[in-house]
Amino acid sequence: MSEKLYKYLREEVFPTPFCPGCGHGILLQTILRAIDELDIDIKKIVFVSGIGCAAWIPSPHFKADTLHTLHGRPLAFATGIRITRPDLEIMVISGDGDLGAIGGNHLIHTARRNLKIITICVNNSIYGMTGGQVSPTTPKDIITETSPFGNPEEPFDLCALVKSCGAEFVCRYTVFHTKPLKKSIQKAFQINGFSFIDVISPCVTHYGRRNKMPTLYDFYQFIIKNIISYEKAKSLNKEELKNKIIIGEYV
Amino acid sequence: MFKIKLREEWCKGCYFCINICPKKVYTYSNEYHPRGFKKVKIDKEENCIGCLLCEELCPDLVITIIKDDKKS
Amino acid sequence: MQGNIACAEGALAGGCRFYAGYPITPSSEIMEHMARRLKEVNGYFIQMEDEIASICSVIGASWSGIKAMTATSGPGFTLMLEGIGYAIMTETPCVIVDVQRQGPATGQATRPAQGDVMQARWGASGDYQIIALAPWSVEEMYYLTIEAFNLSEKFRVPTIVLSDEIIAHLKETLTIKEEVIIYEREKDINKPPFLGDGKVSPMPSFGEGANLLITGSTHNEWGVRKAFDPISQEKLTSHLIKKIKNCEEEILKYETYFIDDCDYLIIAFGSVARSALKAIQMLRKENIKVGLFRPVILWPSPIKKIKDLIKEKKIIVCEMNQGQLIEEVKKYKEEIFGLFKTRGEAIYPYEIYNFIKNL
Repeated sequence: MSEKLYKYLREEVFPTPFCPGCGHGILLQTILRAIDELDIDIKKIVFVSGIGCAAWIPSPHFKADTLHTLHGRPLAFATGIRITRPDLEIMVISGDGDLGAIGGNHLIHTARRNLKIITICVNNSIYGMTGGQVSPTTPKDIITETSPFGNPEEPFDLCALVKSCGAEFVCRYTVFHTKPLKKSIQKAFQINGFSFIDVISPCVTHYGRRNKMPTLYDFYQFIIKNIISYEKAKSLNKEELKNKIIIGEYV
Repeated sequence: MFKIKLREEWCKGCYFCINICPKKVYTYSNEYHPRGFKKVKIDKEENCIGCLLCEELCPDLVITIIKDDKKS
Repeated sequence: MQGNIACAEGALAGGCRFYAGYPITPSSEIMEHMARRLKEVNGYFIQMEDEIASICSVIGASWSGIKAMTATSGPGFTLMLEGIGYAIMTETPCVIVDVQRQGPATGQATRPAQGDVMQARWGASGDYQIIALAPWSVEEMYYLTIEAFNLSEKFRVPTIVLSDEIIAHLKETLTIKEEVIIYEREKDINKPPFLGDGKVSPMPSFGEGANLLITGSTHNEWGVRKAFDPISQEKLTSHLIKKIKNCEEEILKYETYFIDDCDYLIIAFGSVARSALKAIQMLRKENIKVGLFRPVILWPSPIKKIKDLIKEKKIIVCEMNQGQLIEEVKKYKEEIFGLFKTRGEAIYPYEIYNFIKNL
């Protein structure tokens, strides 16, 4: 990582608890790079996270105000902060299960309220911390601990969901898209409403290992083969979109 | 010219750097990391073009690429 | 003034400037009043999508430096328990008003009860001490809510105001003092914000440069997660309990009526204590010597203060449930009489009168 970003880290808690090859570490430094370039005082940002591997990205690694909350509830906590402290920036960093399953209700209502909260959904499409169970964003037919014969359910497109609730800025990138992701995070600071950034972050240990992608590089090759722009996706049908990862700005 | 600094104690042996580098700068070492996996070795530092793919994509923040402006 | 309105006004007098809640009978008037009044005092109000979101945003606001509260009833309190556990674990001051109604579950939404005594004490998972107050009048709804905020801030613990539907909807006159004592939390970004071996630590807010590490996981005094360390967990749970237990004398509050010469002693709280007082007047006219012990602070339990009386006298615990506070009394003597009622009606003075006459 670039030397200039060390000032944002609590070095004494490293190395991170993430598995070898976990995408979350890549996102961690992308977030810090985005903040550093904008010259925002990190003391004026509150990082709120739920429960799960993604929630451990800011807490305890960032040397800043971090609020590590209950499973599914970071947006509810963030609402209390947002209403009372217009002087602070709020960034919610949490997982797809945290924000999309147990926290689904808070997600749609906070988006509906269009509160100025930057929400980064760290999407590995699985419940990593608890051992690899299925998540509401796990694609159909994927093997997980609670879908050992292939996921029988269709997943959420969280970006489409949040867009329909009235959020001001919605986009999706993968952790490998370091530059567009960094730019989107920076853009989110300027948005005067709810911004939702869905970040595809590979879970090698649970998702990858069970679905023929045992290393980060294998996962990377699969992702690169299957990404498709939002504009192009609009003209495809459900069949053609199977296994595709839609990248870009929804709104 | 680019110099590479590795914070080895943070590495977890995912070997993404070895695979992603377009100039094959890194390779597997024969030495073992204290946590029980083969270490990553800088094989051809002179080939580094400063694309920063390894620095920005290392999940454990191990790699720092330094632009060396001294004339060799 | 109505009890619920007095509670809301007391909260404002106590410094509350944030309310997040969800409608639930019979507490909704508190929220509706706050929706109007908080605007007048430059406070913040939001109706959240459910009770869980309510308690969570209250905690977020508290760490933002604002005194925050919510109000609910039994089933809503149940939903909030995980959040209350989080507030206990992170030592977050906040006030939760529980206007009790008949349960379990949906029960009788418009009927009074006192069925949450144990839920208030033990509802959240794990081990902890908590403070709960039991107002018996509209005036107490006002002043005990102020006290709830003060205790909450002083001991950095979620504090519960255990009301019931009768007190909530009663209309009585009250005297509002011009000045009340308000406790403000200590701040120091250079001191650890958690633990303290029974001594309450200072609590900075977001944006003050404290680099707060707030987490519901077991942590050390700086908030660093210690999910595998046995010593940290022991220190933490011991502190959460000592924090309150060490100061019990300061916290405990109760009232006694006619106990000096009594043969029978009624233990009752909230609206039931009012019926008990009336019953005592009726009984004393017939020379039956009855007294009343009324806990004002329900948790920590003040029952120990009358342990000698319990051993000597005939004790009758009257409560609008099937026997919850009585368990605290039975710790001192096995034979305790209980007058229980879960009909969604008040316990009437004549019922207490008849019960004691027939003893």
